[in-house]
Amino acid sequence: MSDHKIDTHKIDTHKIDTHKIDKRDWDAHPPYVYPDYKSTTFRGPTKPLVPIAHTLSELTIPAFGHEQIQEFDNDLTINGRVDGEPQGERIQVSGRVLDEYGRPQIGTLVEIWQANAAGRYIHKTDQHDAPIDPNFFGGGRCVTDENGRYTFLSIKPGAYPWGNHHNAWRPNHIHFSLFGMSFASRLVTQMYFPGDPLLALDPIFNATADKIARESLVSKFSQKYSIPNIALGYEFDIVLRGPAATPMEA
Amino acid sequence: MMSNKLKQTPSQTVGPFFSYALTPEQSGYNLKSIASPDMRADDTPGEHINLSGKIYDGNGEIVSDAMIEIWQTDADGNYLDRDTPPMDGTFTGFGRCDCEIKKEFYFNTVKPGPIEEGHAPHINMIVFMRGMLTHAYTRIYFSDESDANEKDAVFKSVPTERRHTIIANRVEEDNIVTYQFDLHMQGDNETVFFDV
Ligand SMILES: [Fe+2]
Repeated sequence: MSDHKIDTHKIDTHKIDTHKIDKRDWDAHPPYVYPDYKSTTFRGPTKPLVPIAHTLSELTIPAFGHEQIQEFDNDLTINGRVDGEPQGERIQVSGRVLDEYGRPQIGTLVEIWQANAAGRYIHKTDQHDAPIDPNFFGGGRCVTDENGRYTFLSIKPGAYPWGNHHNAWRPNHIHFSLFGMSFASRLVTQMYFPGDPLLALDPIFNATADKIARESLVSKFSQKYSIPNIALGYEFDIVLRGPAATPMEA
Repeated sequence: MMSNKLKQTPSQTVGPFFSYALTPEQSGYNLKSIASPDMRADDTPGEHINLSGKIYDGNGEIVSDAMIEIWQTDADGNYLDRDTPPMDGTFTGFGRCDCEIKKEFYFNTVKPGPIEEGHAPHINMIVFMRGMLTHAYTRIYFSDESDANEKDAVFKSVPTERRHTIIANRVEEDNIVTYQFDLHMQGDNETVFFDV
């Protein structure tokens, strides 16, 4: 698994221009059309993207969540309870939201959604023949703290089948939605679990060619974020596009 | 220098089952939404407009398991961003719409003002859907702003024959102004997406 520990002292912050944002790193992101994931072949744009010089439109974003977020929004073991506790293995998922220079993204909204322990979403059109858990909703959000950290308590999501190819199963995953500091840093991604044999077979995971980037989607088991007698811990850091560095003189 | 940088976390598809968490109120789930298609209040300053459109895939089928986000200035051309939050809290300039129920996206908003002289008014859009591994950015310009559009550097950077794909058509009916803006993911009329 890739190591996201950063030597921040190695980064020359004087060279960072906060009025620009680094380009999308197309080595890190999957392509629009990736034939192993069939729907991309008729849904992904095929014409070249038009380059754009960033204006305020791309460099701004509201600060979300501070008023909207309610107690227990980050505790999925509680926020869906009706008459008891949700079924499954409790987990605590925590990580830092950073820019490419390792600087914490403070006060930014993190939204998550996931299947229940049996691999079933609460979504009305999920047809998977696995039980709904009446005490599990599967959605939550929080705002990162002064270290850029988010933390959720949840239930380990189950794998579920999908129609992409014969006997296709999605690896266990949690969906993440992030804003960062600009419209350009917007990211929707998925967090996976270490050691999952389905990862090698999953076209969504494997659509990222770069090995370091791809493996950064896999969380790490964490003793530190495990809670004795309550929950197993997983750490998942997320790197968003941040302010650009100006080229160094040769 | 580059070797010190962290790798951006890869994008992954939003999948089909996001609405209970990302657009819960609009989609009938019991969670407060952080953003919605209803972006304005009755007294929000500016021209009140509706924006709506359908999304077509490469086979000409309507895509409904998609989410559209928009980000725009207020009527005076100001972005109410982190540093300039809205005074009254009614209009933030950010909207989010799930396309599942109506098979299209729709926003009630105000017509944005230009950021500054030389920029045409526009709405910034992000497209997310099942079947897209990475989101796509586009801009909506307005059919009744052709003079301003012709001076806008971003608009002008788009090949002439593709510019019509990023212009919303103004329709006035019963004193309601609607801008119609369909998205074509592929094909001859593929919408222009930007490398934001
Ligand atoms: Fe999923």
